[in-house]
Amino acid sequence: MIVQALMFYVFAAVAVAGAVMVISARNPVHSVLYLILVFFNAAGLFLLLGAEFLAMMLVIVYVGAVAVLFLFVVMMLDINTLRLREGFLQYLPTGAVVGLILLVELAMAGGGWVFASDVEELRAVPVLSEISNTEALGRVMYTDYLYPFQTAGVVLLVAMVGSIMLTLRRRPDARRQNIAAQLARHKKDTLEIKKVPSGGGI
Amino acid sequence: MAELWDGYLWPLIVIIAKIVLIVGPLLIAVAYLTYAERKVIGAMQMRKGPNVVGPFGLLQPMADGVKLFLKETVIPTGANRVVFVLAPVLTFFLALVAWAVIPFSEGWVLADINVGILYLFAISSLGVYGIIMAGWASNSKYAFLGGLRSAGQMVSYEVSIGFVLVAVLLTAGSLNLSKIVEAQRSVWFVIPHLPMFVIFYISGLAETNRCPFDLPEAESELVAGYNVEYSAMTFAQFFLGEYANMILMAAMGAILFLGGWLPPFDVAPFNWLPGIVWFFLKIAFLLFGFLWVRATFPRYRYDQLMRLGWKVFLPFSLFWVVLTAGVLLALGRLPQG
Amino acid sequence: MEDTLREYLPILIFLVIAVAMAVGMLVMSYIVVPQHPDSEKDSAYECGFEAFEDARVKFDVRFYLVAILFIVFDLEVAFLFPWAITLGKIGMFGFWSMVVFLAILTVGFIYEWKKGALEWE
Repeated sequence: MIVQALMFYVFAAVAVAGAVMVISARNPVHSVLYLILVFFNAAGLFLLLGAEFLAMMLVIVYVGAVAVLFLFVVMMLDINTLRLREGFLQYLPTGAVVGLILLVELAMAGGGWVFASDVEELRAVPVLSEISNTEALGRVMYTDYLYPFQTAGVVLLVAMVGSIMLTLRRRPDARRQNIAAQLARHKKDTLEIKKVPSGGGI
Repeated sequence: MAELWDGYLWPLIVIIAKIVLIVGPLLIAVAYLTYAERKVIGAMQMRKGPNVVGPFGLLQPMADGVKLFLKETVIPTGANRVVFVLAPVLTFFLALVAWAVIPFSEGWVLADINVGILYLFAISSLGVYGIIMAGWASNSKYAFLGGLRSAGQMVSYEVSIGFVLVAVLLTAGSLNLSKIVEAQRSVWFVIPHLPMFVIFYISGLAETNRCPFDLPEAESELVAGYNVEYSAMTFAQFFLGEYANMILMAAMGAILFLGGWLPPFDVAPFNWLPGIVWFFLKIAFLLFGFLWVRATFPRYRYDQLMRLGWKVFLPFSLFWVVLTAGVLLALGRLPQG
Repeated sequence: MEDTLREYLPILIFLVIAVAMAVGMLVMSYIVVPQHPDSEKDSAYECGFEAFEDARVKFDVRFYLVAILFIVFDLEVAFLFPWAITLGKIGMFGFWSMVVFLAILTVGFIYEWKKGALEWE
């Protein structure tokens, strides 16, 4: 299928170009927008692999939620890019080491598909054509992979608690609405009707 | 040559024709939704609504469109030009492409993908970008505040929409929109999932920034919010996108809860009408509710809006999901996909 | 798999057409209509005042909190989707597995509630 191959090259090329723009764009907001472009193309690549569910999830979670947070942060923090760039050379060695480690790890993960002892079995996993991608995931994720699944739950819990610890500042002077108190207010507690004799005053 | 024609060109032409058949009526529907809105609210407030341009004012939307088209595109000096122009384009684009997976009638769907509902959810989760980008790029305080408010509001209600979708999926057993509709042959999901329908409808109002959740636009304080700096076609695209999103929300409501193209009863007088007519009637019904709400309710306060989303809808819909799953499992009524 | 991909082809074409339409509308209007920009017209609207300062100010940290909580719950929903359509297959074990998962997150939710993170002030 020639269209498929063509689309792969389009998605891959745009993803790589977008990634380069993410780190080279001057304006951090533009960087995030390029990052979103990269996510989209990654979703397209997933789709070409037949992983519909993952493609949609990439868009929903990464583009629809994570990148929104990034955008919030860079838009509103007013990051001064010029000052950030000053330390560029200083960070370069650290960055290079991290990048190298990531590269080696990727190579190891990829190499596993070539050199592992049970590689023939693993590769022989059939492409599920009769049931959908999502179903195939659902059938194993909650039962066979119970432990990682529950760990994910705990990680999310930690994220929730951590974000609250870091960002929550209650303002003591803010006036809040207390619905229970509002509903509990009764006419007879607050209002008194007095008969005023006409002409007598109070 | 013949192979090229049969293999590539002809299918391409068919697809493009289908797309035109979706987009054309959609844009007309958007135009007349604005007209319907003014007429309906006019009637509710004992006014006449537009009645000058054309018979009964029927050409009013066209006149508005031409007016917006012929205005000057103003781009503020302090604005970030690229992002400023990108924002309305993105909004309009998203409002269009969501329609690719909507089944209009049995088999009448452009792209019958397995994960149709996720596609819709993904597209609607992107809607927030147009607004944040507009708010930031304008470099105007009203736009900025409006954009922020809107972003906070949209993400909050998206969570409850997500849980509502899960509840429906439990009963339908598929992510494919046509199959979700087919699963409602015996009973529409609005009956077992009535509370979810209510939550979906209200969240839909919040997602599309409609009254009573139109804080991002709040004319009285933010003078139109994120689109205050927009003019001409850039404004028109926001406007079109917003109304197309309303229709999309109504269509989603019809598909998920009101049985899509299915007639209410599969007996003689009801199944004479073709499916697409039922589908449109349901959309029109839901949209009328949107307009009615606008004419009736005052605007929410922002803290109340956040409380409703996070403290009422979220826990309740989560509870409902677990309840639905438990009941279906106990009764052995789960769809065996 | 080929068939699944074939279903996405119309979407791809739709994307291209929609982009073309959205951009085309703007460009057409921009070309057709005479443009007369001037500095007053192009200044940011601030109810008649000159704009005081840059509008991109630091804002309430609560918006970040909402965005983070949104990510967490969005992920929760993402985990629920495959579960919802396969529950018939994975049965009781799958159900309780999800209940435990949700219970863990509900602990976080209650914590949020008690801390007042869900209140806007």
